[in-house]
Amino acid sequence: MKAERKRLSESDGATSVLVVLMGFLVGTILVALVGKNPLNMYKALFQALSGYNIDNGRMNVRYIAETLNYSVPFILCGLSMGFANRVGLFNIGGEGQYIMGLTLAQTVALLGPQIPVLHWVLAILAAIIIGALWGGVVGILKAKYEVSEVVSTIMLNYVALYLSRIICLQLPGATTYKTANFPKTALIENTFFQAITHNSLLNNGIFMMIVAVIIYWFIMEKTSLGYGMRATGFNKDAARASGIPVVRSISISMAISGAFAGLAGGIVALGSFKYGRVLAGMDNYGFDGIAVALVGNCTALGTTLAGLLFGLLKNAQALMQGKQIPKEITFIIQGLIVIFIALRSALKLYQEYLDKRQLQKEVGVK
Amino acid sequence: MSEYAIEMRGITKTFPGVVANDKVTLQVRPQEIHALLGENGAGKSTLMSILFGSYSADNGQIFLDGKEVSIKNPSVATSLGIGMVHQHFKLVQNYTVTENIVLGMEPTKRKLLDLKSARAKVARLSEQYGLSVDPDALVEDITVGQQQRVEILKTLFRNANTIIFDEPTAVLTPQEVDELIEILRKLRSEGKTILLITHKLREIKEVADRCTVLRRGRYIGTVDVADVTEQELAEMMVGRAVKFEIDKPEQEAGAVVLSLRNLEVADSAGIVKVRDLSLDVHEGEIVGIAGVDGNGQSELLEAITGLLPLSKGSIILDGKEIEKFTIRERIEAGLGYVPEDRQKFGLVADFTIAENSALKNYYHPVYKKKFGLLDFNAMEREANSLIEQFDIRSAEGAATMAGSLSGGNQQKVIVAREISLSPKVLVVAQPTRGLDVGAIEYIRRRIIDERDKGRAILLVSFELDEIMNLCDRIATISKGQIVAVNRQDEVDEYQIGLMMAGSQAEVAL
Repeated sequence: MKAERKRLSESDGATSVLVVLMGFLVGTILVALVGKNPLNMYKALFQALSGYNIDNGRMNVRYIAETLNYSVPFILCGLSMGFANRVGLFNIGGEGQYIMGLTLAQTVALLGPQIPVLHWVLAILAAIIIGALWGGVVGILKAKYEVSEVVSTIMLNYVALYLSRIICLQLPGATTYKTANFPKTALIENTFFQAITHNSLLNNGIFMMIVAVIIYWFIMEKTSLGYGMRATGFNKDAARASGIPVVRSISISMAISGAFAGLAGGIVALGSFKYGRVLAGMDNYGFDGIAVALVGNCTALGTTLAGLLFGLLKNAQALMQGKQIPKEITFIIQGLIVIFIALRSALKLYQEYLDKRQLQKEVGVK
Repeated sequence: MSEYAIEMRGITKTFPGVVANDKVTLQVRPQEIHALLGENGAGKSTLMSILFGSYSADNGQIFLDGKEVSIKNPSVATSLGIGMVHQHFKLVQNYTVTENIVLGMEPTKRKLLDLKSARAKVARLSEQYGLSVDPDALVEDITVGQQQRVEILKTLFRNANTIIFDEPTAVLTPQEVDELIEILRKLRSEGKTILLITHKLREIKEVADRCTVLRRGRYIGTVDVADVTEQELAEMMVGRAVKFEIDKPEQEAGAVVLSLRNLEVADSAGIVKVRDLSLDVHEGEIVGIAGVDGNGQSELLEAITGLLPLSKGSIILDGKEIEKFTIRERIEAGLGYVPEDRQKFGLVADFTIAENSALKNYYHPVYKKKFGLLDFNAMEREANSLIEQFDIRSAEGAATMAGSLSGGNQQKVIVAREISLSPKVLVVAQPTRGLDVGAIEYIRRRIIDERDKGRAILLVSFELDEIMNLCDRIATISKGQIVAVNRQDEVDEYQIGLMMAGSQAEVAL
């Protein structure tokens, strides 16, 4: 028992699970306080997770597929935040990198060569590359000139948003909110998925996301590049003194971080829409990615699971409204989870207190 | 009147994972100098922090003059007549001596600050106790020894009867140590009770009346200093026989391997800390840099290793000019470095021993597999061999997190890594600071072994003992310049001390 409790606070994964449960618990209480039945919230969540509607006993796989589809950008933006974070950087610029990825993907989709496969591959590559550049610039500024990445990424988010509008308004068929439809060759739809999930939006992006998760894990945990980056993230001074090229680590890590967010933008642009959007505001996937990475402890698996959770909450919103639960409760639960994550240190303090009590007992203090 | 001015009975204090004090007893007679001896981590500072009210004990009682007291915080301690001179002074640099002394209890006259009467009291106290210091000088302008006197005056100004000194000689030159010892005697003769925390046996023999020894949080015993030898005190402290001197065979030094020519280095704030410094280190010799902390030693070593840029001069390692090299190129050229701040520069606390042991050469072919993959198995094998060779004690072998190791074992990991890279030059800073006696012996032994194998070693230490014990030649540094370079057998600690204080007095060669 004692040993188990000890492990609880030492294992970041267990803490995250606990934090998520606490978020749901408080969310449940809030729903009850405003006079709604919390059970309906869980019914909606269950339906988004399993496709099964408890109220009428009907099954619809489409809900599962939508949850997965929503998760893709959350996971990728989580990886973006997580990758930088492991190297000791705070990348708030996921949103800007995402927007640039989305913009370039739309541009290539509308202007690129309409050759099957090659067309969407080019569009996705453009999204990845512009994301990497958008992040890499921040990394170089940080590493060479000690410009705070927090400040520069926030600024670049706005630059990205307005630059995106300028570019998209020039695209064929652009109105103030949308462009012409994409040619068929630019879409990353998956007809097999559509057939088995009653025309959900689930697309080939999910495969790209899975590859990204594997690449993330591989670079971080298995390569010498990742080793140098982790050393830099844990202790920059020791890394520098040991000859690890810290400047290069930081620049490359921000570029890779941006590439993940750029990919997210490309997938959303070509997978969830049939036309290019002229953005009026941010999609917020980049910002939500920060929370996803924090809940997932910046590991590949953890971030994937946290991204799935966020996708689930997002997909459950519409279902909740159908059951008279305000959809805003999902934002509240997300917020609570982030707050509880921040309170993790309190849990550590509590654990230290318990350890101390235990030790005192052993020494024989009354 | 009770027999004891201070009596602490059965004091127990635990921290997460550590029992710092386990039923410790301390009995201090009035007007004696009572030393508290123990290795690092023996619980001396914890015990004194409890007496001074910085920590509260989990269990145990404190009596002052036979009356039980409860000391909840330092203000209570002050009002009970207990003062403390901390190892790291708590002074405001740009205040005068008087202002620093009255800080926190400023005397007022009609609600206005009355420094005049305070100044008079400070002058009177410094005369009475032989603590000569100018009451109007700014603290930033006076020497470390004088700053310490200001700290002592602070306690006297608050009417302390008992003064706790926490490792007071750590920051002083030998001359200042002699002066401090005079001050301690004077305080005793004026009726004060002194508690002296230290691990330096010679000082205890010289000044203390009685000595209480702690080991691993436990009370070992209290002895009359006059009845015991240094050797016996050391054995009480460590719990086994200790060897002070290290056998060091005579050895002819070889060719010059490291040559520093006219170096000038500025710190990160742009202030020049090393000026026109030249020094050669030969194969098979240990050159020590003796000096008081803050005279440019850190900047010099950081410039050699590449952490700080060089403003002027050149560094020649084995015939190659390396001052333009990156840090990694310098390591590849054969430069090893055991940094002073081992947690900041030496180790990644969140990495395992295995990962730390490869920190400098993880990109070498030994650790390479296909597709840029790292060979973690090779890393572990290498670490296991180092763990064996260097007797690194850990809970989970190569997979142990470096941050969870004791200071001595962390240092062994660093030394093992540096030595395993077979450097031509090994730069070592404060290699035994904060380590226990066993680890100190071991680390020093390994350094000498490396010398015997023909490596050139540059050693910076603030402990003169260590310099005298290990080095073949001693370069004394003061204000960023080498005052003199001497063979170890032609100078004594006193002469080095004079040069450390900046005296240009020629030492007869």
